[in-house]
Amino acid sequence: MILSLLILIPITGAILIAFVPREQENVVKWLALGTTAVALVVSLPLYFGFVDNASGYQFEEFRPWIPPLNIAYHVGIDGLSLFLILLTTFLTLISVLSSWTAITDGLKGYMALMLLLEAAVIGVFVSLDLFLFYLFWEASLIPMALLIGKWGGSRRVYAAVKFIIYTMAGSTLMLVGALVLYVNGGTSDLPTLVNNLELSQNLQIILFFAFALAFSVKVPLFPLHTWLPTAHVEAPTAGSIMLAGVLLKMGTYSYLRFAIPLFPDALAYWSPLLVTLAIVGILYGALVALVQDDVKKLVAYSSVAHMGFIVLGTFSGGQQGMSGAVLQMINHGLSTGMLFFLIGVLYEQRHTRLFSEYGGLWVKVPVFGTYFLLAVFSSVGLPGLNGFVGEFVILLGTFKVNPIAAALGTFGIVLAAWYLLTATRKMMMGPFNEANKNLKDMNLRESGIAFALIALCFVIGFFPNLLFDKINPATVELAEIIKATALLAGQ
Amino acid sequence: MTQLIWLTIALPILGLLINGLFGRRFLGNRVVSIIAPLMVLLAFLVGVGAFFETMGRDGEAVTVHLWNWTTIGDFSVPINLLVDPLSLTMVLVVTGVGFLIHVYATDYMVHRDDHGHAHDDRDFPRFFTFLNLFIASMLVLVLGDNYLMMYVGWELVGVSSYLLIGYWFDRPSEEQTPIDLGPDTEPVQLQPLLSPAASGMKAFIVNRIGDVGFALGVFLIWSTFGTLQFDEVFAEAVHVSETMPTVIPWITALLFVGAIGKSAQLPLYVWLPDAMAGPTPVSALIHAATMVTAGVYMIVRSNILYSLAPNVSLWIAIIGMATAFFAATIALVQVDLKRVLAYSTVSQLGYMFAAVGVGAYTAGMFHLVTHAFFKALLFLGAGSVMHALHDVIDIRRMGGLKDKMKITWITFWIGGLALAGFPLMSGFFSKDEILAHVFEASPILWFFGILTAGMTAFYTFRAIFIAFHGKPRDHHLYEHAHENRAPITFALSVLAVLAIFGGLLGLPAFMGFTHYLDGWLEHVLYELPHGAEEHHMSVTMEYILMGTSAVIAVGGIALAYFFYMVQPSIPQNIARSLRSLFALLAHKYWIDELYDTLFVQPGLKLSNAFANGLDKLIIDETFIDGSAKLVGRFGKLLSKLENGYTSNYALATFIGVLIMISYFFLR
Amino acid sequence: MIGQVPLSYYLLLSAILFAIGAGGVLIRRNVIIVLMCVEMMMNAVNLTFIAFSRYLDSTTGQIFVFMIMAVAAVEVAIGLALLVELNRHKDTVDINEFNSLQG
Repeated sequence: MILSLLILIPITGAILIAFVPREQENVVKWLALGTTAVALVVSLPLYFGFVDNASGYQFEEFRPWIPPLNIAYHVGIDGLSLFLILLTTFLTLISVLSSWTAITDGLKGYMALMLLLEAAVIGVFVSLDLFLFYLFWEASLIPMALLIGKWGGSRRVYAAVKFIIYTMAGSTLMLVGALVLYVNGGTSDLPTLVNNLELSQNLQIILFFAFALAFSVKVPLFPLHTWLPTAHVEAPTAGSIMLAGVLLKMGTYSYLRFAIPLFPDALAYWSPLLVTLAIVGILYGALVALVQDDVKKLVAYSSVAHMGFIVLGTFSGGQQGMSGAVLQMINHGLSTGMLFFLIGVLYEQRHTRLFSEYGGLWVKVPVFGTYFLLAVFSSVGLPGLNGFVGEFVILLGTFKVNPIAAALGTFGIVLAAWYLLTATRKMMMGPFNEANKNLKDMNLRESGIAFALIALCFVIGFFPNLLFDKINPATVELAEIIKATALLAGQ
Repeated sequence: MTQLIWLTIALPILGLLINGLFGRRFLGNRVVSIIAPLMVLLAFLVGVGAFFETMGRDGEAVTVHLWNWTTIGDFSVPINLLVDPLSLTMVLVVTGVGFLIHVYATDYMVHRDDHGHAHDDRDFPRFFTFLNLFIASMLVLVLGDNYLMMYVGWELVGVSSYLLIGYWFDRPSEEQTPIDLGPDTEPVQLQPLLSPAASGMKAFIVNRIGDVGFALGVFLIWSTFGTLQFDEVFAEAVHVSETMPTVIPWITALLFVGAIGKSAQLPLYVWLPDAMAGPTPVSALIHAATMVTAGVYMIVRSNILYSLAPNVSLWIAIIGMATAFFAATIALVQVDLKRVLAYSTVSQLGYMFAAVGVGAYTAGMFHLVTHAFFKALLFLGAGSVMHALHDVIDIRRMGGLKDKMKITWITFWIGGLALAGFPLMSGFFSKDEILAHVFEASPILWFFGILTAGMTAFYTFRAIFIAFHGKPRDHHLYEHAHENRAPITFALSVLAVLAIFGGLLGLPAFMGFTHYLDGWLEHVLYELPHGAEEHHMSVTMEYILMGTSAVIAVGGIALAYFFYMVQPSIPQNIARSLRSLFALLAHKYWIDELYDTLFVQPGLKLSNAFANGLDKLIIDETFIDGSAKLVGRFGKLLSKLENGYTSNYALATFIGVLIMISYFFLR
Repeated sequence: MIGQVPLSYYLLLSAILFAIGAGGVLIRRNVIIVLMCVEMMMNAVNLTFIAFSRYLDSTTGQIFVFMIMAVAAVEVAIGLALLVELNRHKDTVDINEFNSLQG
């Protein structure tokens, strides 16, 4: 029931908002905040009621939807999706709060879309039926594109159209692939397909491509990444938080949920390419980030690099890599979400994101500066904070399988330090730029948001086993699938 | 106390939380400057308690389990603290010297006007927050019982170092006055000094390059041994080296790459001299006494692995000695007091690596400890001078300070004598022990070592004679100079005592004394089961070597006295006649510029090419937007068919129908 | 009576009606006439349905015809309404004047 509730609560909230008169902005805000808060509270039992070290899906629900076609409303979670759902409900709350004063125009539609986005994304993470999944996958595009297209920067329409067309083009083949699976298996139910379907290796290779293309665009994997910087630069702050924090994870999550268990025999064929692209993405994203003059673009390219780590762990890290990848999805959501939020705080006051407009801010806004530095440290992967655990475990797992990839990936963290510290130096350090003399430090709402984010980063950094205990059972199974096919391929 | 050893880490963390969260707004600088040193003092006392308990246990190691950090399948790492003689040695050095430096900083970081009134400095709590963070990080590094915790500490000390070097982040980079070589000779221009923010960043990134090696070493340990726990790895090491002979050399070499970065050895030493942009207590604590010795600690901790990889160890000795020599040559001509000391630190670290490279792990640790005392003392002395002269650090503007600052002068002399290896000072015994072991392994390395020792004595006393003796060069500065307040002189005095008597820890055994450190570290050092029978050189040889060291040290000091007190024109004449060599040294062999052209600029160029060329033009505009445009153009082309005449459309439909029908008929 | 007229006659008539209608759609420019021609084509089809219905002695064809007539009525209603709007807009019923959707 909880999972369905989690989808229904935001939708209900959106509908309620639609009935509020346009002028009642406060009602809209509080309604949106209340809805996301309720969703967050409702999602918490997922964590506390989750049975550790148990295999299979939990909180499962199964209702026939189109019985003659064997299509059902089948939802459930395991270690792969549990934390992504919590991340979604948490980040949506943060997003609504971060838009409190930033959005002045068309607030009603904005909040309603934000809630619809939450519902669609949760739907993606809980679906265990291919058609249900596809439905939510495509549904999540629309609110995001509208958020960018209406509340974005100067080239917002271009960015929104690029975003929607690029990702949709990527996922068309996935629909075809899903149909082929459906025709072959007679059902669209994921667990049934995984257990019963025997496909030839060639067909698996083709279908894997169809699915992986959709996921890789979403991740985004080099060289399919160019929609991301455009979308981030134009998106409003909360849009960027949701985009980087949650939407990108749909891609990496779906690799683990669909691509690997459905097409295990195709892995030997495709994973070298994916690993190579991930490595290229790590190094390339970092190098490109180094010379950006817009701080949001820098963070966008850093996402390309960070998501590369997740793909690397997924496809070459064994169990350690996959558990690390799942953790790193959460980590990236928190740290990049925080960076985007902080940039938004500055943007709201100064309406620019160019490095040249800032400098020496730490003197003027010490609280902001400290949070910014902590967010950067989290993103750089410093021990004690969350990013370190994920990156370390991914690289450790990768090293055992593929030492060269691990070495190149490890070099990526040097570059990460280079570009993020350069950004810090340009914005926070050096002589104070007088253009910022009216800058105000964070207010209670803003520092509350930042504190919540960074506190979670510390908790994960100190006690990663709180998460790993729940993630591991799911990745054990995947690792066994991979190991089994590797053995078969070896024979 | 042993079970409570986690308090040594928790107390500084408590201090940093209190000062970081409330210092600026509620506590005020006075309270902050009590809390921060107090926490370190308490940590030190816990360490002392654990020390006596461990003595009582005869040095047996105890592991304190805190919690399980990460468990994924067959990878499992707990957060355990290892209490054994080696980690306790480091704990005592870190917290002991750390406490003194905290006390020192409570006065040093206060800016006063000429009447002695303190400025209300809002950044003051930030400094102590970071300094406590460093103490906690360093203790994680030395107390962890596995390689992952070591790596965690390794990274955390790096970040504390970054934060502290960049403490004055809004200061710009500084031009240096050219070195005047007398009339009718062009002065030697010097490179500008990096700004603190840039220096901090440089330190962090160069360290991270080393960390790549360290991380890969840790990965390799795990994929070989299936564990990162010290005791389990060391227990399996001999077995592994028999079954997989190439793995251990790889592990040790990769870990050593990390040590090269952290401990500023060739070729990654470049960050350390620039790290002097940070406040002087930071230079004393992090960049002299503790953090930079982490590499030595790591090698001593993994001594069995290094003993099993003799070739790698030999290279470590060579790199160490080369660094020692190389850095000493640069130190000969520096005009910035802190930079003289910085290069001297690089050089002394080289000695330590030479020691552990030839298997003299105890000697390496011995020098680590004595160096922590006398180098911290020297840095604090330099800081005391800076504080008195309103941040002037160029020795060309000092002179005659001995009359104005008695305590600083005397303690600086003590530190200088210890660094120079003057007989019976602490540095004499530890350096002599290293040189003796190096001689055993390779007389050529020993030759470079003794040469370096001579240069060390010379450059140390060159700085002392210029700064404290002779006539004042800048009268305005001289007039305003004064001895500092109690916190500073207290720290200097305690360290001076330690710098004199630190040698008692390891008096030479061949003279019939007890080498305490040897017995103390016995449990930590592994004996190879089939190791070659240790062959000791004769006592006569030991005496000869010791005598040579003493003569060289005294000779170096005497030469400096002759050059800078008796005949001050000689050094300038030499510099003039060997101008290009002098310029090469003054410019630090142009290494920074070399790295800039070899790595940084090409990196930036590549970035630019990727960002503006490959990414923007090729991938995005040509392929992605290009394919969109292609579709658009094709659509335009097709839309020409739509001419708006309904009858045309109808005709097309009819033709289509006709074709379909005829297909059915003609099939 | 119908028993005496062969099926082919009906089909031929229907084909002729269809051809006339098609020709009208293609050639005429008056929208009203085009619309009438479309109706004529539809009735040609209806005729075929009826003829076959009778010939095969089945009511299916007649049901279709009723459907088509209903649709045709709707179509005429909408078509004429559109036509009135177009006429107001452009002041003409010439089909070639309504070409603003061209590429």
